[in-house]
Amino acid sequence: MLENHAKLMQFFSSTDEIVGRKKLQKMIYILKKCEIPFEERYQFHFYGPYSEELTLRVEEMCNLGFISETREEKKNYYQYRYQLTDSGRNFLNHYEMDLPPLDKHIEEMNGKSSRFLELVSTMLFFEHLPKEEITEKVFTVKSAQNYTTEDIEDGWEFIESLRTIH
Amino acid sequence: MAYRDEKLSEEKVFKDPVHRYVHVREQVIWDLIGTSEFQRLRRVKQLGTSYLTFHGAEHSRFNHSLGVYEIVRRIIENFTDRPNWNQEERLLCLCAALLHDLGHGPFSHSFEKVFKLDHEDFTQAILLGDTEVNKVLSKVEKGFPKKVADVINKTYENKLVVSVISSQIDADRMDYLQRDAYFTGVSYGHFDMERILRVMRPMEDQVVVKESGMHAVEDYIMSRYQMYWQVYFHPVTRSAEVILTKILHRAKELYESGYNFELKPTHFFSFFAGEPTLKEYLALDEAVVLYYFQAWMEEEDEVLSDLCHRFVNRRLFKYIEFNPNAQMNEWMELYKLFTKAGLNPDYYLVVDSSSDLPYDFYRPGEEGERLPIHLLQPNGELKELSRLSDIVESISGKKRTDHKLYIPLDRLEEMSSRSKTKKRIMEILFDKE
Repeated sequence: MLENHAKLMQFFSSTDEIVGRKKLQKMIYILKKCEIPFEERYQFHFYGPYSEELTLRVEEMCNLGFISETREEKKNYYQYRYQLTDSGRNFLNHYEMDLPPLDKHIEEMNGKSSRFLELVSTMLFFEHLPKEEITEKVFTVKSAQNYTTEDIEDGWEFIESLRTIH
Repeated sequence: MAYRDEKLSEEKVFKDPVHRYVHVREQVIWDLIGTSEFQRLRRVKQLGTSYLTFHGAEHSRFNHSLGVYEIVRRIIENFTDRPNWNQEERLLCLCAALLHDLGHGPFSHSFEKVFKLDHEDFTQAILLGDTEVNKVLSKVEKGFPKKVADVINKTYENKLVVSVISSQIDADRMDYLQRDAYFTGVSYGHFDMERILRVMRPMEDQVVVKESGMHAVEDYIMSRYQMYWQVYFHPVTRSAEVILTKILHRAKELYESGYNFELKPTHFFSFFAGEPTLKEYLALDEAVVLYYFQAWMEEEDEVLSDLCHRFVNRRLFKYIEFNPNAQMNEWMELYKLFTKAGLNPDYYLVVDSSSDLPYDFYRPGEEGERLPIHLLQPNGELKELSRLSDIVESISGKKRTDHKLYIPLDRLEEMSSRSKTKKRIMEILFDKE
């Protein structure tokens, strides 16, 4: 029952909190691309890879009381903060997860801005293409973000470092 | 004359119950409709298992694809000569609209879940692979198939073109809401599409709607909301979906354990192995799947045979409301009791959640999740829809999720009335003996 929810709760249990819905979306996508077996399906949207399944599962977990969501008003938008609750922790105790430890991945990603994670997840979305084409694609589909070639190089380094964790 | 500009000597029309007529003038569009990959969509139902709840819901992805094409044709007609619109993109838009669902397989949702596939990948593979569709598109120009694939994948450079085909108010949704309402026979799903098309305006990187059309858009959002709960997420349809998913799981499990099928599932072998080729994927349509289900009713394996009987003869699972948090202990007890009663809980005790059938509610898109619907104000400014519409704000802010527990009540009722296991199961499920 709710195996996919449990995997997400395992993710939340590996950190104190996740700040920002965009960050959450991109973190799970990046983890998937690091062979962590999350099952949420993603499509490319205006702001990069996005999963409606993930949005709904998070809503379900909030409604069930497994995760707490706090909304904070920012200048032009609302920001959301997520934490695993005691009920969530209790639920998770009933599961034997075969997920690898996620705390180092999460720590690395939490230290980055959502803008940077948007770049990294977009690069990973086009990973099947040659590197030069990926750069070109990022400049095309993300023209508004004004990413530089240095940002992209940082992105590759970051991907490399995430994939060598364990 | 270049192939891309070729017109049919006379306009062809398809009679359509939703849009009255679908008009085709371009040779390219006519040729695409005639390809075997597009014709295959006639054999994939638009609403999967919904026909077991709404008997009219037998319409196919072929119908829907033509409908989306027709809506895009009308949108572009309205865009012609407006600022920001490049008429050179017309054919690309029409092709992408027509082909956007090309990769859908039989009962897509269950198949994708069990075999970990994504129909979007197959859409790309059909567009770019060795197919009749690719041959037609390649005749337009070298690189044209890739452009169509990019528009459908939402990674095309011109975001305005992408947003005509795919955004929170796009041709895809406008067609399926009306078509699904028509074929299911429900009274929801209707809105004034003509009005919306008239007030749509092309901006630099998205389609927006003039503020004066807000009430028509409100109606469209309400339709989405009502169709979701009344049709797409109907609990009986979900029951059929649960059984279908379990049949596929069982067949895969049996195959992996070396079980000797009476009817060898040759069409499924590559799916079980996890890597169907494009040819194998295209060979499996709903007629083929239902043929296997019919044959598997005679299989020796009781679980597979029973589940197929249930699906083919509509003996669906019953459901009760379920709260996975408050009822966790009950679920664990039920799991043991079902095993004791000889009912494999992995197949006969199923929790189904709203996220198992994701449907995109309208979301204002805080923090840049997805591009929201923008209204164009008389002063030229854009405002997000829910900031101006109280109706939309009230439903887009509301979080509604749902979990149900599905069980074969008939099998439980068949158990001896003296069975303690049965007594306890019934107590937990219905608070009765």
